[in-house]
Amino acid sequence: MTSATTNIAAPEPARRIRWAEMGPFIALALVIVIGTMINSNFLTSTNIANVVTRSAFVAIIAVGATFVISSGCLDLSVGSMMAFVTGIMILAMNRLEPSMGANAILVGAGVGLVVGALCGLLNGLIVTVGKIEPFIATLGTMGIFRALITWMSDGGSIPIDRALREPYRPVYFGNVLGIPLPVVITLVVVLMGAFILYRTKFGRRCAAAGSNAEVARFSGVSVAGVRTTAYVIQGLCVAIAAICYIPRLGAATPTTGQLWELQVITAVVIGGTALRGGKGRIWGSVAGALILEVIANLMVLSNMVSEYLVAAVQGVIIILAMLAHRFIK
Amino acid sequence: MSLASRPPGGASALKAEGLAKAYGPITVLSDVTLDILSGEVHAIIGENGAGKSTLMKLLSGHVRPSAGHLSMAGQPADFPDAVAAEAAGVVLVHQEILLAPDLTVAENLFLGRELSRGPMTDDRAMNRRTAEVLAQVGAQCRPRDRVGALPLAQRQLVQIARALLEPRRVVIFDEPTAVLANDEVEALLSVVRGLRERGVAVLYISHRLDEVEALADRVTVLRDGQMIGTWPAHGLTQRRMAELMVGRELDRLYPPKRPPALSEPLLIVEGLSVDRGAVEASLSVRPGEVLGIGGMIGSGRTELFEGLMGLRPAHVARVTLAGREIAQRTVKGWQTAGLVYLTEDRKGKGLLLDEPLATNLTLQALESVHPGVKLDRGAEGQLLQRAVAEYDIRVRSLHLDAGQLSGGNQQKLLLAKVMLTDPAVVIIDEPTRGIDIGNKSQIYDFIDRLVRAGKAVIVISSELPELVGLSDRVLAMRGGRIAAELTGANITEENVVYAATSGKGQVRPVTQTRGGDPNDKRDDQYRGT
Repeated sequence: MTSATTNIAAPEPARRIRWAEMGPFIALALVIVIGTMINSNFLTSTNIANVVTRSAFVAIIAVGATFVISSGCLDLSVGSMMAFVTGIMILAMNRLEPSMGANAILVGAGVGLVVGALCGLLNGLIVTVGKIEPFIATLGTMGIFRALITWMSDGGSIPIDRALREPYRPVYFGNVLGIPLPVVITLVVVLMGAFILYRTKFGRRCAAAGSNAEVARFSGVSVAGVRTTAYVIQGLCVAIAAICYIPRLGAATPTTGQLWELQVITAVVIGGTALRGGKGRIWGSVAGALILEVIANLMVLSNMVSEYLVAAVQGVIIILAMLAHRFIK
Repeated sequence: MSLASRPPGGASALKAEGLAKAYGPITVLSDVTLDILSGEVHAIIGENGAGKSTLMKLLSGHVRPSAGHLSMAGQPADFPDAVAAEAAGVVLVHQEILLAPDLTVAENLFLGRELSRGPMTDDRAMNRRTAEVLAQVGAQCRPRDRVGALPLAQRQLVQIARALLEPRRVVIFDEPTAVLANDEVEALLSVVRGLRERGVAVLYISHRLDEVEALADRVTVLRDGQMIGTWPAHGLTQRRMAELMVGRELDRLYPPKRPPALSEPLLIVEGLSVDRGAVEASLSVRPGEVLGIGGMIGSGRTELFEGLMGLRPAHVARVTLAGREIAQRTVKGWQTAGLVYLTEDRKGKGLLLDEPLATNLTLQALESVHPGVKLDRGAEGQLLQRAVAEYDIRVRSLHLDAGQLSGGNQQKLLLAKVMLTDPAVVIIDEPTRGIDIGNKSQIYDFIDRLVRAGKAVIVISSELPELVGLSDRVLAMRGGRIAAELTGANITEENVVYAATSGKGQVRPVTQTRGGDPNDKRDDQYRGT
């Protein structure tokens, strides 16, 4: 770090280490260290790749949730939305396959992104134009999306066409330079999310709307616009997660993405983003998603605690994280 | 240190000796020795950061001293916490409203100390007792009113009522009138006088020196954490008090008035009505002019301008800025046209207290500060440095959050923030509420510079001396209507109050005579121009 930049602006501040911001990453490191000690299989490259890949969905959706929560809202519908978007995408791909062949996957993914964005827009408009509490509004759409996928699948499953399985497979099982493709996609999403939230005017306005909506309004920020956009970003993230998810099981079912909203919110909150809004922490959310998945993995690997208790342990984690956050502050 | 020659009250109620407070290496208050007597009103004055709040918190048990000790009526007293202090009869009435908005007035008063009859709360007894205390403090609200629905001033009185629910020996008021209009201030002052008559020792902290002059028996001055001294209030003028606070001779508080503005009006508003606010209000302001807006709280002043800004539902017949009709009445639309509004509520609506200074500074002017896709943090940092220098914002570091600044510095940051949009018309609602006299004078100078540079400024203020001292023209509002226009020598505190309280549309004839009230020394200044 010897090369001086040609920066004539104010000298960089002597940045103190902010423990509250480092918390999620320290916790993640801690969990990994513990994992290594408990089980020698934990730190194998296969297992690590497996864990990181599995956490990709929650991480991608958590990036969107960081925007929504940062802007002062909440989205409970992401799990159901994920199932609904998955269902629509598979139906679209199956319909297009006879005429387009493997290209149906690309078009289907495009359809998924549009549907995801529209679902987000719907949530956003109900919250901002309808002026309904985000909790209630997305509780409503959560039920709607879940019912729609159940109805579409007739209570069973919507499998993807056999002809598409092989060409679609690499999106989940493939890799680039040894890195699983879902992980690459997650990285791209996270980098874009971090850029938008930290380096653009929209990100600034998002944090302002969540920090104090009145101040934002009095400063000429369109709070409704910012929040609606945050929901649309959330919808897009759900769609991206759905695109990665389909090849994994090859079908959409009424239980797809069930309770993911809780995992996503947990990841965001243990990542250091305040649930009441304000500053969002994208990388923290990713760390949160990884912590949840690593713990689940450890429980499966170690036999010390029944894996049926995974959700209970995750529940304990979120409470501990909040307590730690308070004491560090 | 000069001591009071005339001890006004009775025996010592609360005595502090060598009281000091340090946080780590930083001493915020050192060696305060103070004797508060029963039946006296003892004012504590000082600039922001002088240590007033710390002293109050030490005396009321909210903070423990690092050195020194307290005694009550000759007996050593030690308050481990505020509850212990209250049990001993010492209570602090906080400046911030600390009430549960969804509970009723009576429920708030008895919160944590409910009266009960058997297992049930005794609502009737609590409501009855609440009504008594409310009457005592001159509040108009009723015990069953929901606190959240009350105007700010009533909430303040409820808060005082809560402190006075039980008999007290020492009552400490922390700027109780900061949010009150003039008639409400009067009511509060009589509450304080009532306490004094009943032999209560009252410690009174205020920025309003006129109140201190009207109320106090003795005055203690703090400056930079040091106790400067205690004086009998009798014979202590406001100017002298201000000089003691600032530690230098104050030549003037208000800038001299400017020559009358003669150019065409910059902003013309015709027939503006705001829901539950203003009725058919029309006004205009010229470049190079300070237009003052007076009136009691609740007269619709803030509502009028929030309506104009599109921040409240409003209807307007016609509004033009620099000759052009304004169609889009939103904060953003106005900003583009060249008009900004500074809210009176700098903590609730003005600044993001948890965000850094730079974020706050550029929030309103994001588009012009950051023309590209990416935020230009270098430019932002330079703007902040420039703003800190230009507006004399005193900060330890440029990387603080806005909430860590004192009130005066927050107000300057808010000014810097809206000025970044380069407006032609600036509306400032309560430019100096709750800030000390040094910062006040700087803000007045700043407003003067703005109008001298050809901008138009509208100042909404509850402080009459400020309104009179700054304005070239004053509109007095009453009941949502503009009751009178005062110009030239007719701009006096008496005329503003008269128009704001008794106006039935037309009040005392508004003339352009140069006579005016001979008691108002500002007339001379005005005639000189």
